[in-house]
Amino acid sequence: MAQEREWFLLACCVAGSYVDILRAPLMRITHGINAVSFFALLVSGFAILLAHPRLYWGETGAVGTPSLIDLPLPFVLVGQSGWGRYLHFLSAWVCVLNGVIYALYGLRTRHFREHFLTYNVLQRLTYLIVVFALFPLMIWSGLAMSPAITSVVPGVVSVLGGQQSARTIHFFVTSVLVLFVLVHIGMVSLAGFTSRARMMMTGWTPAGTEQR
Amino acid sequence: MTRVLTRRKLITTGLVAAAGASGLAAAARLADRYGLIPPDDGGIYGVGETLTYAAQRLLMAHHSVAREFNRSDISSVAPVNGAPPETEAYERLLSRQFAEWRLVVDGLVARPSSFSLAELQRLPSRSQVTHQACEEGWSFIAEWTGVALSDVLNLVGVSTRAKYVAFFPFDQSWDSLDMPDAWHPQTLLAYGMNGQELPTGHGAPLRLRVPRQLGYKSVKYLSRITVVDTLKDIGKGLGSWSPEIGYSWYAGI
Repeated sequence: MAQEREWFLLACCVAGSYVDILRAPLMRITHGINAVSFFALLVSGFAILLAHPRLYWGETGAVGTPSLIDLPLPFVLVGQSGWGRYLHFLSAWVCVLNGVIYALYGLRTRHFREHFLTYNVLQRLTYLIVVFALFPLMIWSGLAMSPAITSVVPGVVSVLGGQQSARTIHFFVTSVLVLFVLVHIGMVSLAGFTSRARMMMTGWTPAGTEQR
Repeated sequence: MTRVLTRRKLITTGLVAAAGASGLAAAARLADRYGLIPPDDGGIYGVGETLTYAAQRLLMAHHSVAREFNRSDISSVAPVNGAPPETEAYERLLSRQFAEWRLVVDGLVARPSSFSLAELQRLPSRSQVTHQACEEGWSFIAEWTGVALSDVLNLVGVSTRAKYVAFFPFDQSWDSLDMPDAWHPQTLLAYGMNGQELPTGHGAPLRLRVPRQLGYKSVKYLSRITVVDTLKDIGKGLGSWSPEIGYSWYAGI
């Protein structure tokens, strides 16, 4: 019982700190854009995956060669995933440019430092991994699939073990990020979804519901 | 801080908006002049296409070359997407081993010409072992042998007005390359694959190879090459058949 209460408090704390960051208007706006672009990347990425839901390791892979994993999904969007590709690359630009604004603003206003100090070890670790490992790895493995980019910097793809390895890594890092977002939303819900969501979108907290 | 709209604030906002708009217009004109805007730049997705194309063109300004591999890396499986053209003209040429096939090269060139397969094979041949990825997600490595597109362009004498090279196969699809890709040393007109004649499914008798872009830019079953200064008059004016069926013109991704 005591342990459950501790977990609940931890959840409130995580959600509280995350949402607290959003009090500055620019932070709220960039968080909103990030949420929308992440969702667009997820949906369009899934559409692209449905053109060939098989994952390989190394440089090459195709039907007729051994796969790493055959995902339990149908090949339904073969030759039909053009919209997914247009949306994916547009959202990737939005996500990255928005992320740059978020990071620069956060560093300049010492937003990160102030809030980082209020985090516990688990929160700090999660935050560091998401921001400095998962997001960069997402962009890196994405660029490693581009024949134009790898013509300029071949090391981008060879370090990952090949173009198909990059595609597989892109898929697995997505899965981890989706897990993070689910936990993130779950914790916000535990801390009182309505007031937190209202806070996130308007910056306004009803008197007496402040949680830290 | 008051929320009252003062005259000063209104004027400042107006000036900033005007400066921003003219800045954007100047940037767009500069980008167009330096070939940083793709032909399918319209609509909301066109914003992403333009950013990608411009960024990659600037990154590749120093003529980067696609990765090349060893013969031992050649894939045992090289899948084929789509069937050969079902036109009567193609089937007739195929049945006679392309003896009467000729590649027409015209448009903004000093000497419009046509080449037989034997004539192309007498030009300096080049080979490359390169990676080819399909937009669907699969990929393979193969050796391609052919003549550099730049050698053929030099033979016919390309006008200084040239901005794109358009490629027409025996079916309804068509595509185009900008001049940096057209002159690129790895851009081949390939008649051989893995030491053999180019197999029918891979685009016999002649296909394009553009290893710095996804597989669908490497047009198969070539019939005609046209040098142009604008793509507006071809098809729906979007630069290739791909945007007409929902895929981007530029595929460096």
